[in-house]
Formats: sequence, structure tokens, C-alpha cells
Amino acid sequence: MTPTDSDDLRAAAWAGVRGVAPLLLGVAPFGLVAGVASIEAGIGLAGAVGFSTVVFAGASQIAAINLIAEGAPLAIAVLTALVINLRMLMYSATLAPHFGRVPRTRRTAGSYLLTDQAFAVSIVDYESHPERSAHEKFAVYLGAGMSLWCTWQVSTIVGAVGGGAIPESVPLGFAVPLAFLSLLVPAVLDRPTLVAAIVGGTLATVGAQWPSNIGMPIGALAGVMAGWLVARLDMESALAAMPGQGHSASSAAEDHS
Amino acid sequence: MTSLPSAAVVIAMVVIGIGTFAMRASFVSIADRLMVLPDDVRVILRMVPAAAMAALTLPALLRPGGVWDPFGPRAIAGLIAGIVAWRTRSALLTVIVGLVAVVVLQPLLG
Repeated sequence: MTPTDSDDLRAAAWAGVRGVAPLLLGVAPFGLVAGVASIEAGIGLAGAVGFSTVVFAGASQIAAINLIAEGAPLAIAVLTALVINLRMLMYSATLAPHFGRVPRTRRTAGSYLLTDQAFAVSIVDYESHPERSAHEKFAVYLGAGMSLWCTWQVSTIVGAVGGGAIPESVPLGFAVPLAFLSLLVPAVLDRPTLVAAIVGGTLATVGAQWPSNIGMPIGALAGVMAGWLVARLDMESALAAMPGQGHSASSAAEDHS
Repeated sequence: MTSLPSAAVVIAMVVIGIGTFAMRASFVSIADRLMVLPDDVRVILRMVPAAAMAALTLPALLRPGGVWDPFGPRAIAGLIAGIVAWRTRSALLTVIVGLVAVVVLQPLLG
């Protein structure tokens, strides 16, 4: 590897760190909540650290810990957590084509760091830097993922040890959806993605009280399908309009020459 | 603080961890075979960020704690933060303005 290559990789990793940095404002309070919940569920600091490292997925972690605290069957806690994390399949599929040339072991190991934020920060970066190589793209993702991992571990420990020292009047938990909102805006690129967002957001809101948080993955999936449908219809009407336009464009080009 | 998770809880935790890792690794681990994708799949994957982020955001704005409140402080703070996100493309400003807005609006509307 030449020095320029490793410079480019370092620059890419820093782009990931910078991209995710403001979102950590939303991650830290979420981690505190996960730490406090572990203490309340009676699984202690060891349980908090265990869930944060082994599972490393905020919403599912908190849901599972709360169910354990309520004395729900563990099978229900497991199932709920896994349903909440179904969205990881979509993220994995969306990132995969970008990582094709990265060695398989590194890719697979790195996927442990996959979160909503690392995913969205990476995709937004790839959209504005299409010139990046697969290795650089993977470095962006790792930079975002590792920053988030460190923040998550520290904040769950602080939550478990310091517990409940945050004043109720400051709704820090609201930083979580705000961080997702800041990722939503650059993800809306055109008409199909706008429809995907509207359908996905609306159905997830309607299904917000459905069991096991199933409303979120169902909403997201419906949004994806609706956006796809609109993209197809747009493409078909563009194709239908093509012959005439193609002609005038070529004749215009001839006129210029 | 001396409390420890029971063996059953540890097993549940490990199962959740393995299952979650499997979903994260699913497509990424076979990425070398996914470099050439049919156009339709490409279009579908392009929709994922918008649909997923909206599905994570909107319920928290319009239905905080499960209660419909489309004109409540969180919805309006979200609208303001959304405009900031759109105009500035800054995640930091979006989060800060949104938090300030909800703190100011909560006593007025909540």
C-alpha cells in the first residue's frame, strides 16, 4: 500500500468520525437510559456492559432489558429484540454493494459496528463522494461505527453507575429522533425517495403501538416498496416520452456543430 | 450494584447478540457477489435510507409515548428542526435547535 492510499483511508475514516460526531449528542443520552434500565432490571453494571458489547443496539437492548425487568418470558424478550433489529437486514443489503472489494473477513467483522447512524452517515457520504474506493467507503463506515461504539460503551457505564442524575425537564431522549431527522433530510433525493419517506414514516406512526415495535420495520419496508413503485412509474413515463425528446436533442446537437 | 444477570438472562443476551450480528453481517458478508445488481434491486436499495429514517423519526414527533399529538411541542419542534436540517444540512444545529425548541414549547403547549 502506497502512502497516498493510507492517507486517503485515514481521510475517509475521519470523514466518518466527523459525520457521526453531532449524532453522538443523541446517542449518549440513549446510552445513559440503557445503563439506568439495566440497574432497574436488576442485572447490574455487568448486565449493562454485557448488553452494550454483545448486542450493541440501543432500542432492542432497552426493550429487552425492560421486558426482563417486567418478568416477561425470556423468549419474548429475545424475539422482541430481534424484530426491532430486523432493519439491520435492510442496512446490510444497502451497504453491501459498496464494500464488495473489501476482504470478506474484515467486512463481516466490521458489520458488528452497523447501526442506524453509521449506516446513514456512510450512505450520505457515498452520495456526495462517488469517487471513493470500496476500501475508503469501508473506512468511512468504520470511522462512524467505532466513534459510536465508544460513545455507547461509555454512556451505558455512566448511566449504570451514575444513574438518573439527568433532570427530567430536559428531554434529552428527544435528541435521538432529532438525530434521525438530520439523517432523513439528506436521504430525500427526489420524488421516489420522498414518497418512501412519507409512506414509511406514516405507517410506522400508525403502527407505533403494535407489538414488538414491528411498526418500524413494516413501515420502512412499505416505504421502500412505495418509493420503488413511484420510481418505476417515473421511469416508464420517461421512457414513453423518450423517442420525441431523443430526436430533438440529437438534432439540436447537430445544429450546434 | 453488586447484582449480576442470571444465567438465563446471559443466554438471552447472547442469543440476541448472535441474531443481531447475523442480520448485520447477512448481505455485507456476501458483498463480493452483490457488486453487480439488477436495476430494480438498485432502485429498491436507494429507498432504504429515506424510508428507514422517516420510520424512526415520525412516530417520535407525532406520537410521543404512543399518544397522538400532531400539533404538540415535539411535532412543532421537529418541524422547526426539519427546516434547520434542510437549510443548513448540519446535524449538530438540527439537534440543538430541536432540543431548545421542545424545552421552550413544552410549557406553552404541553
